[in-house]
Amino acid sequence: MKTLGLIVNPVAGMGGTVGLKGTDGPEILERAEQLGAVPQAHKRAARALAALLPHSDNFELLTFSGVMGEKPAAECGLKPQVIGSGSSPRTIPEDTIRAAGQMADRGVDLLLFAGGDGTARDVCGAIGTSVTVLGIPAGVKIHSAVFASSPPAAGQVAASFLGGEIVRVKEAEVMDIDEEGYRRGILSARLYGYMTIPDGRRLLQGLKAASAPDERAVQMAIATGLIESMADDRCYIVGPGSTCRPLMEMLGLEDSLLGVDMVRGGRQIGKDMSEREILEGMANAECSLILTPVGGQGFLLGRGNQQISPEVIRRVGKENIIVVATPEKLTSLRGRPLLVDTGDIETDSYLCGYYRVVTGYREAAVYRVSCYA
Amino acid sequence: MARGDRVHPYIPNSVPEVKANMLAEIGIDDIDTLYEDIPAELRLKEELNIPDGITSEMELARHLENLLSQNTTCRDNISFLGAGCYQHYVPAICGEIAGRSEFLTAYAGEPYEDHGRFQALFEYQSLMGELLETDVVNVPTFDWGQAASTSIRMAGRITDREVILIADTISPDRLQVIRTYCEPVMKIELVGHSSSTAGLDMEDLSKRLDDSVAGLYLENPSYFGTLEENGRAIADPLHANGSVFVVGVDPLSLGVLAPPSQYGADIACGDIQGLGNHMYFGGALGGFIGTRDEEKYVMEYPSRLFGIGKTERAGEWGFGDVTYGRTSFAVREKGKEFVGTAAALHGITAGVYLSLLGPEGMRELNQNIIQKSQYAMKRISELEGVGIRFKAFHFKEFVVDFSATGRSVEEINRALLADGIFGGSDLEADFADLKGCALYAVTEVITREDVDRLVDRLAAYLS
Amino acid sequence: MEIQRGSRLRNFHQAKWDEEVIFELSTPGERGIHVPEVETEISDAVGDGLSRIPTAMRRKTPPALPEVGQMRVLKHFLRLSQQTLGADFNVDIGQGTCTIKYNPKINERIAGAPQAMDIHPHQDESTVQGALQVMYELDLFLREISGMDRFSLQPSSGSDAILTMAAIMHKYHEVRGEAATRDELITTIFSHPSDAAAAAVKGYKIITLYADEQGMPDLEALKAALSQRTAGLFITNPEDIGIFNPRIPEFTRMVHEAGGICGYDQANVNGIMGITRAREAAFDLCFFNLHKSFGAPHGCGGPGAGALGATEEMADYLPVPLVGLDGERYYFDYEVPHSIGKVRSFWGAFSVILKAYAWILSMGAEGLKEAARIAVLNNNYLLKKITEIYGATSPYTGGKRRIEQVRYSWQKLYEETGVDTHDVTLRLADFGFHLWQSHHPFVVPQPFTIEPTESYSKDELDEYLDGLRHVVQEARTEPETVKRAPHNSVVHKIDESSFDDPEKWAVTWRAFIKKHGEAAAKIRG
Repeated sequence: MKTLGLIVNPVAGMGGTVGLKGTDGPEILERAEQLGAVPQAHKRAARALAALLPHSDNFELLTFSGVMGEKPAAECGLKPQVIGSGSSPRTIPEDTIRAAGQMADRGVDLLLFAGGDGTARDVCGAIGTSVTVLGIPAGVKIHSAVFASSPPAAGQVAASFLGGEIVRVKEAEVMDIDEEGYRRGILSARLYGYMTIPDGRRLLQGLKAASAPDERAVQMAIATGLIESMADDRCYIVGPGSTCRPLMEMLGLEDSLLGVDMVRGGRQIGKDMSEREILEGMANAECSLILTPVGGQGFLLGRGNQQISPEVIRRVGKENIIVVATPEKLTSLRGRPLLVDTGDIETDSYLCGYYRVVTGYREAAVYRVSCYA
Repeated sequence: MARGDRVHPYIPNSVPEVKANMLAEIGIDDIDTLYEDIPAELRLKEELNIPDGITSEMELARHLENLLSQNTTCRDNISFLGAGCYQHYVPAICGEIAGRSEFLTAYAGEPYEDHGRFQALFEYQSLMGELLETDVVNVPTFDWGQAASTSIRMAGRITDREVILIADTISPDRLQVIRTYCEPVMKIELVGHSSSTAGLDMEDLSKRLDDSVAGLYLENPSYFGTLEENGRAIADPLHANGSVFVVGVDPLSLGVLAPPSQYGADIACGDIQGLGNHMYFGGALGGFIGTRDEEKYVMEYPSRLFGIGKTERAGEWGFGDVTYGRTSFAVREKGKEFVGTAAALHGITAGVYLSLLGPEGMRELNQNIIQKSQYAMKRISELEGVGIRFKAFHFKEFVVDFSATGRSVEEINRALLADGIFGGSDLEADFADLKGCALYAVTEVITREDVDRLVDRLAAYLS
Repeated sequence: MEIQRGSRLRNFHQAKWDEEVIFELSTPGERGIHVPEVETEISDAVGDGLSRIPTAMRRKTPPALPEVGQMRVLKHFLRLSQQTLGADFNVDIGQGTCTIKYNPKINERIAGAPQAMDIHPHQDESTVQGALQVMYELDLFLREISGMDRFSLQPSSGSDAILTMAAIMHKYHEVRGEAATRDELITTIFSHPSDAAAAAVKGYKIITLYADEQGMPDLEALKAALSQRTAGLFITNPEDIGIFNPRIPEFTRMVHEAGGICGYDQANVNGIMGITRAREAAFDLCFFNLHKSFGAPHGCGGPGAGALGATEEMADYLPVPLVGLDGERYYFDYEVPHSIGKVRSFWGAFSVILKAYAWILSMGAEGLKEAARIAVLNNNYLLKKITEIYGATSPYTGGKRRIEQVRYSWQKLYEETGVDTHDVTLRLADFGFHLWQSHHPFVVPQPFTIEPTESYSKDELDEYLDGLRHVVQEARTEPETVKRAPHNSVVHKIDESSFDDPEKWAVTWRAFIKKHGEAAAKIRG
C-alpha cells in the first residue's frame, strides 16, 4: 500500500483573481478578500484528486483537516486520514511547512500540494529533496518546475507514479518572484531550491530507437566532457543549478546548489561566493564561467545568480562562458531563446548571440541567447 | 498512373472524385498547392527517366521471373561455398512463419498490440541463450559483423580501454566491417596464428597484453574452419589482464561443440543466417550477442532486450523492454551506438528453427555435418598434390590447398562450374600465404554422392 | 465497450491464445524435425565424427532447447503471429516517420523464388547475372529519384547508411589531411536521432541545431556552428514534423563554404519523390530506406536496407563492391579509389533490394510521383480533420503546408482531462489502431506523429479519424476508460517494474528460472 500526502494551501490563487499577482503575506490576503476573492485552491485540488479516485484502493491518503485537504478529498469521495490541522481562522505558511514535515516523517511515497510558487517554497524549505512531490497548479505565480501543467495532469502523473508506471524521479527547480517587485512591474524570479518530482516520461515500449538516458546520466555525461576539457591553470566559476552539480561531485568537491563556486586545478577555491569573493578569486588567472539556464523561461543570468555581476562577466569575457543544459531543458523552451538579465543593458547586449551549449559528452547545441526586455 | 487514367492498384485515392473531395475538404484546388513551400529552383522540371510502370501484376511477375531465371542456384548445382553464408536445409515451417503477414508487416507496436512479436523475440533470445549458455542475448543486429563490432565496443566501454586485439584468422570481409564500425574510436591490432593449426599465436598474444587492451576478438571456428582448442588458455591471461574475451561463433555448431562461455568467453557473437534463413545472395544475415547477466554487461548493450514478466492477471505472461532508457555506466559514450531496424524477422525464424530442432536435432545435425566434412576432407586429400591446409578439428569448413597442383583456384573453379559444381571460395586475394587455397564448406545438404562427384571432377581436371 | 453501428469503428479483438512460452511446451522425446543420417559409406570412412572433437571443446551438456512435436511448434508460432498487429491488417498510419505503406504480395512471391533465396554471394558472377541486374538497375532508378551519380546498396538500414555517410565523410577529410581537425558533425533536433548516434559511432562530436519558434532549423545557429572543425551536416528534409525547409540550399552552401560534406537523410522522401531531389539541393550524399519508402516490409524490425547515393566526386568513397555493366555482363566493381571498405558482409539485403526494385518497376516514373502527391494529399486531409478534433493541435503550423507527416500534440487534451498521449495510444489499440509519439526528447509536448502514405483509402483515413474522435470524446466524458486501456488487448496491464531491476529482469527463459525459480515458470496446470 502506497501513501499519498496532500497539502492544500487554501488561500493560494486568491490574489490572482482580483489582479494582485500573488497572495503572499497576510495583508495581501486581506486585501484580496476585501476585493471579493474567494478561495479556489481546493477546487483545483479536487480536480486533480478526481483522477486518483479510481485508484483509491491502492493508496492511503494523509492530509490535514478541513480546507487543507480533508474537505476537497472528501468532496471527491476519498477517505483521508487526518493527521493534523491548520491555524484558525486562517491558515498561514507555517501550516504548510508543518504539514510537509509531518508527512515526510511518515514516509509518504508522494506528496501532492496545491498552491503556487510561494507554497512550493514553503514545502521545499520543509523537506528539500527528501520526499517526491508534485505541485497542483493553484497559485497565481507558477514559475517553478515542480508543478504539473494542469490539475488533471497532476492527478494523472500522481496516479501513474503510485501505480508504478512512472518509476523515475528527477529534480526540479523551485522558483519564486518577489511579489512586491512584480506588483511594481519588476519581475525578478530567482532560483530558490530544488525538489524531487516524478519523471513524467512513461515507459512506452513501441520504441524505434534507443530511448534517451535519464536526466542524471545526461548531467554526468556533460560533466565528464567538461572535466576532460578543463585546464589546470584556469579558474572555473561554476554557477548555480543542478546541471552544474555533477561536475563538482565528479571533481570530488562541494557544490553549493544555489550559489557560485570556484575551481582551479581540480581544487575548490570558493563556495557560495559573493560578487566580491568571485572577483578576488579571479585575480591572476584566466577564467571560464559555467552557466546553466534556470526556470521555465531559460534564464542564464539574472535569476538567482546576481553575484555573477556585469563586472564578473566583463572580466571573464563572453568567449569564456560555457553554457551547459540537458536536451530536455532546451526542448522545453520550444524554440525560445535563452535569456540574460543582468540589470545592465550594456552587459546584456554584449552577451547576446549564439552559444555552444554543452548537452552531453561530445555533444553540443548551438543556441541563441537574447536580452530579457 | 501508367496507361491512360487507370488508378494504380497501390494508390486508392488517385480516384479523381476522391481526390477532388479531399482537396475540397482541405480548401485548395490542386495538390501542387501543398508543395508551395518548396522553392521553384528545387523543383524537378522534367519527369524521372524511369520506365513506365508495369502495373499489371501478371506482367510484373513475368518480367521479374525472366530476370531471375538468369541466376542458377545452389539447388541446381552442388555448392561448397560458405565463408559466412551457408546453405543449410530450411524446414518448411520456418518459411511458413517468416511469411506470415502479421510478422512480415509489423513494426513498432506496443506490447498490447504486438504481444506475439515481443514473445517470439523473447523466445528467440531464450533459445539462443540455451545454445550459448548465456543468460542474456539481444534481438538480432544487422549481421555478425555488426554484432562483433558492438561486442568490441562493449568491451571498450566496460574496460575503458581502446585497443582491441583481433585474431587474424577472422573473415576478411568481417574485419572490414569491424574497421568501419570501430575505428577510429577503437584501435585494432591483429594477433597472428600458427601456420600449421591456425590456432592463436599465444606468444604474440602475451606480447601484446598490457593495460591498453580492452579485449581479444577471436572467431571459433576460424574463417578457415579450424577449431581453437585453447579457449581456456586464452581466456585466463586476458582476464588476468583485465581484458574481455569476445568469441565469434557459428551457433549451428553448438549442438555438440562447447559454447564460448564454457571456455571463458565473456561475450559471444555470430550470425543466425544458417538457423532457418535462406542465403539470399548473402542478404539474410542477422547478428547475435550473448553475455552473462551482469549489470555492467547488460547496460552496455545498445540493442533492445526483450524481457519476460507478469501482468495484472495471475498466470499471464507479459513482455517488454528490459532497462528502458539503458544508461551506460561509461557515461562517456552515452548514445552507445544506434538502434533501429535490423533483422528481427530472421531472429523469429531462427527461434522457429531451434524449436523444431531441439537438443536432439541439433546433435544429429552437428554429427551429420562433422561426418560429411570429415569425409570430404579425407576424400579430397587423397587427390594427388591436394591437401587440407591446417591440422585441426574442422566443423564444416576447411581450407583445400591446391598450390602443389600448379593450378589456380580460379582455374579449378571454372572447370568445376562447367560440371555444375560451385568450388570453394578463393582465398588468395585476402591471404598472401594462402595462394592456391580455397575455403570449402560442407553442410548437411551435401550428400556422399556430391562429395564423390567433386572428387571425381577434381581428379579428372587435375590429372 | 461495444461500438454501435453507424460509426466506422470496429468491434476489434485480436485472437487471444494465452499462449505458453515455447519451453513450457516441451515433452522429453518429442521431435520437431529429423536430420538425415549420413550414408554408411561416410560413417564407415570417418566413424561417428563426434569422437574427433577435442575433449576441451566438447559441449558438456546438450543445449536445453525445448522438445516439441512439429505441429505444436507450428501452432505455437501461428498463435504468436495472430497476437501481432501487422500493417497488412490495420489502418497503419499512426507510425509516423516510418512510412508504413502497402508491401505488395507479388513482391514477396518473387522474392520467394529459389533464384532469389538459394543463391550464394560467392557464386561465379556468370551464375548470378539476374541478381546483379536487379542491383544495377535499382542503382539507376535511385540515381534518377535523387539526382545522385552512384548508389551502394550495402547498408543494412537507414541508420547503417548514416554510419556509412559518416565513414565516407571521415575518409574524405582523411584524404585531405583534415580528419583529425574536422571532428564535428552538425545535425538538427528534428532529424532522426540516428543522424547523431550513428555519426557518434565514428567518433564525431555532435552539434545539434534546435528548431526556432517556427519549427525550422535556425540558419543563424548553423552559421555560428560552422568552423574549421566542421566535418559536415546530416539533415532530414522535410524534417520529422513534416515541414519542408525552403532554405536548404543555403544550409548546403554554407556547409560547403566551410569545407564540410552534406549528407541528406531521405527517410522522409515519400512525399517528394519526383518533386524535388538531393541533387538540386546540392547534397553530396543521400540515402533512402528501401524497406519503407520503396514498399519492402518492416519485418517486425528488419531486415531493411539503406541505399546510399553519392555525387560523382563522393562516389569514389562508397563501400565496395558496386555493381557495373561492361556492355554485356554485370560485374562487381571494386575499382573505388578511396572506398571506405565495407559496412556489411557481402553485398546487401538482397531480398529487400529485390522487393524495392519490383515496387519501382510497378510504379514507374508517373506512379512514383503520384504516390508522393497522394501521400501529401492524404496527410493534409488528416491535418485538416485532426486539428478540428478537440484537444489536438499541430504546433508550428504557422501558415506552412505539411509534406508527408505531421507531429501533433495532445497537450491541450492532457491539461483538460489528464489523459496523455500514452493513454490515447493504448485506448486506440482497442480498435486495432496504432499510434506512435515521437523520438526523445519530446520537442512537441504530448506528441503523436501520423504519416498516412499513399496506401490508404479516404474511407480508411476516416475510420482512423473516427477512432481519434471516439477516444477524445471518452477522455472528456469518462477519462478512466481511456486511462485504464487497453481493454481488449490479448494481455492485461504488464507489470513493468521487473524490467528495470537487475534482480528481477529476465531476458531469457533460463535467466527467468534462475531468478524466479522453477515454480514461477509453471503458471499452468
